[in-house]
Amino acid sequence: MPKSYRDGLPITPDKFVDQLMRLKRGSISRRDFLGLTGLGVATAVMARELGIMPTPAFAAENLGDRMSIATWPNYHDPQTFENFKADTGVAVEVNVFGSNEEMLAKLQAGGSGWSLFVPTNYTISTYKKLGIIEALDMAKLGNFDGKSEDARFTAEGTIDGTIYAVPKNWGTTGFAVNTKKLSKPMSSWKEFWDTAMAEGDGRTMVHDYQLTTIGNALKYYGYSFNSLKQDELAKAEELLLKVKPHLFAVSSDYQPGMRAGDAWMTMCWTNDGAQLHRDIPEIAYVLGKEGGEIWTDFYAIPKDAPNKPAGYALLNYLMNPKVAVKEHLANGAPSTDARVNALLPKEVLDNPILYPAADLLKPLEFGAAATLTDPGRAELMARFKSA
Amino acid sequence: MPAGSQPAFPMRRSLFRKNLVTALLLAPAALWLVVFLVLPFVAIAIFSVGERAPEGGYQAALTFAQYANLPARATAFWNTMVLAPVGALACLLVAYPVAYYLALRAPDRWRLILLALIVIPFWTSLLMRTYAWMYILGGRGIPALLAYVGIEDLRLINTPGAVLLGIVYGYLPLMILPIYVSLERLDRRLLEASADLGATPVSTFLGVTLRLSLPGVMTGFSLVMILLLGEYLIPTLLGGGKVFFIGNALVDLFLQSRNWPFGSAIAITLVLVSVVVLIVANRISTRLSGARRVDLI
Repeated sequence: MPKSYRDGLPITPDKFVDQLMRLKRGSISRRDFLGLTGLGVATAVMARELGIMPTPAFAAENLGDRMSIATWPNYHDPQTFENFKADTGVAVEVNVFGSNEEMLAKLQAGGSGWSLFVPTNYTISTYKKLGIIEALDMAKLGNFDGKSEDARFTAEGTIDGTIYAVPKNWGTTGFAVNTKKLSKPMSSWKEFWDTAMAEGDGRTMVHDYQLTTIGNALKYYGYSFNSLKQDELAKAEELLLKVKPHLFAVSSDYQPGMRAGDAWMTMCWTNDGAQLHRDIPEIAYVLGKEGGEIWTDFYAIPKDAPNKPAGYALLNYLMNPKVAVKEHLANGAPSTDARVNALLPKEVLDNPILYPAADLLKPLEFGAAATLTDPGRAELMARFKSA
Repeated sequence: MPAGSQPAFPMRRSLFRKNLVTALLLAPAALWLVVFLVLPFVAIAIFSVGERAPEGGYQAALTFAQYANLPARATAFWNTMVLAPVGALACLLVAYPVAYYLALRAPDRWRLILLALIVIPFWTSLLMRTYAWMYILGGRGIPALLAYVGIEDLRLINTPGAVLLGIVYGYLPLMILPIYVSLERLDRRLLEASADLGATPVSTFLGVTLRLSLPGVMTGFSLVMILLLGEYLIPTLLGGGKVFFIGNALVDLFLQSRNWPFGSAIAITLVLVSVVVLIVANRISTRLSGARRVDLI
């Protein structure tokens, strides 16, 4: 027997009209009417979802019903935002980005609509200089504990003694290799670039990102990852132009290519390296022994945030170690917070992809603010991509 | 009041009313165009004579330095100028036989169904359809099937062929439909007359069918070509971002290096190039078809 669409409804239209007439006649109370028709539940759910009725815990400050965050792909436990919504009634809209430059461009243009975003260490001084971010009101961030943070990773969030951003994760930029296809062991950026032009021909990916692609080409010659020197950049350009015809792709979205087996080697961030290795054990993560990038991602609040109360509430929620630990387990990047590390399982802390040996970390450099706005590096990248 | 002047009033009033109605009917479209086309274009034009601020973005100035710098993206312009006509031509070669079959050979009861089958995929976003090709051409798609018959390690994705395939697939309906329309209007008696006068099928096709369908061909060709001038999605997703088009240059200048004035100068140049392409295409098709005027879009 065919099922009627009415079967699933809480009340049939006929019955609804009957109850409505009873209400009009005064045979039943309004409360009974709402209960009988299911409208009461619907109203309560709507009110909560839309934030009309604030939940008691946050009743002191009106958080509104929605906010927007800008962050990186595969970077949060989706459950975190669901739980936050259940606790506060605030729905979180997540925007993901491919580069810091893109985030900066949106904020410079104005009207981004974000109440929280996740910039990387080297961009924070520029945001402050342009007046895009505000000094954080630490009174609203009771869950943050500066003393439990590793100072090596948190320094760039504080400018002249004022905290503008608090850390989320730290990590490194190395490369991922499919060892079944490229079995020769590798440990340096020199080998990465040379292999790209030999055994890895047509199978190697570099980031669509000036900082890491130019930076790691500079490491081929042992120059600083952040170099702005004309002659050193010219050498890096020469290498990049030579490698270009051998590449599989210039893209920061390298997981699909590596997983499908089209790409055998790619520049790679810690968290992607950990995810790839977890799912496909033959994919190894290598840090170049010459050095390269070490990074920290921070949380910051834009000055023009449309919903600052919710931005602070979510940030404080994320600073709770019990919440943060789930985030780290989901995205696979290491934490800067000793309280979180204490909660992480031993196999995570022992994972060399996440927590590399000290001698490998030593030569790594944090990205420099100047590379973000340097027109020379931007034009070099354009010449590389159009070659 | 002289009796003769009376009719002038209602006439003027009706003329005024007619103009008012026309103006009111046009107002929403005009407002839309002014707010979303003219004003942004003016903003871009102003940006294009400005300077890049030290931290990126726009800084007021009056300089033509951005236009003087256009050669820095010469490769991107060149790649685009090659891609656009080649892509449109590939589209045309695939589309013409399909449109010909639909208009002149397909049984009547099938025609609508076949047309619907061509149009329906177009309702899905180009991004989704291009992503589908990424997985079909990727290592777990066709190459995985070919591995069963012993062809190992074949790479299809991120090749020029993949980009061409994506372009033809993505823009095919835009080429088929105008050609179909112009072929459908074709007076069949002309074909009979041509045959009666001794022309072979081939010369009938070249001299009559093709000739009379040229307005449709040129409409489809310029539509696809103009869209290709701004294309950046397909080369990025199916070409691995290794080939750099004007669209890619624009995205990078606005979102990565945040050189908005230079990006604006390139955008203005691209608009001018598109207008020139339209005018030239219009001229060619007018001359070829012998008609006085051809509506391109």
